[in-house]
Amino acid sequence: MTKADLVERIFEKIGLSKKEAQEIIEIIFDFMKQTFQEGESIKISGFGTFNVRQKMSRRGRNPKTGEDLEITPRKVITFRASNQLKATMEKEYVQTDTGES
Amino acid sequence: MTKSVLIEKVTERIGSLTRKQTEIVVETVFESIKEALIRGEKIEIRGFGNFKPKQRRARRARNPKTGEKVDVPAKRVLHFKVGKALREAMNPK
Repeated sequence: MTKADLVERIFEKIGLSKKEAQEIIEIIFDFMKQTFQEGESIKISGFGTFNVRQKMSRRGRNPKTGEDLEITPRKVITFRASNQLKATMEKEYVQTDTGES
Repeated sequence: MTKSVLIEKVTERIGSLTRKQTEIVVETVFESIKEALIRGEKIEIRGFGNFKPKQRRARRARNPKTGEKVDVPAKRVLHFKVGKALREAMNPK
């Protein structure tokens, strides 16, 4: 599934034009991006939480060359699925996978 | 930030939609992603990131507290990988 499929869904569901649907999807993800850049986390109930974490500088190694180097401090985004989403995914997995093993 | 704040801010920015309409759009976005994940599909939001269901095999693990063996059933977990554009935007050079 890609952004184009999301546009399609929104087009079907509320009758916005595809162009409008596309714009609003871009705005949603852009806005989330901006929020992360400000260091803020986003919680979507029933879906999950995106957290922004600050990583300290640390010593690392280039796995290709074996060279020692410093990994610069950086911000990373982590995602945790909500319990509801986790439970639904697991339930479906059990349903679709029994009989296989 | 929560979903309702996101809906409000997006409504302000768009201007041409009511709060209710934006709410339906935002709900549809996350519901659609969720449904695709349940079907076992990968979701690719260019510039933002990918959501990918991954299968974990059943395994025998140990309760670290008691040392007891426990069976962990097979399950599907969700992996999110941040997109390149977003990762770079988070850490401007």
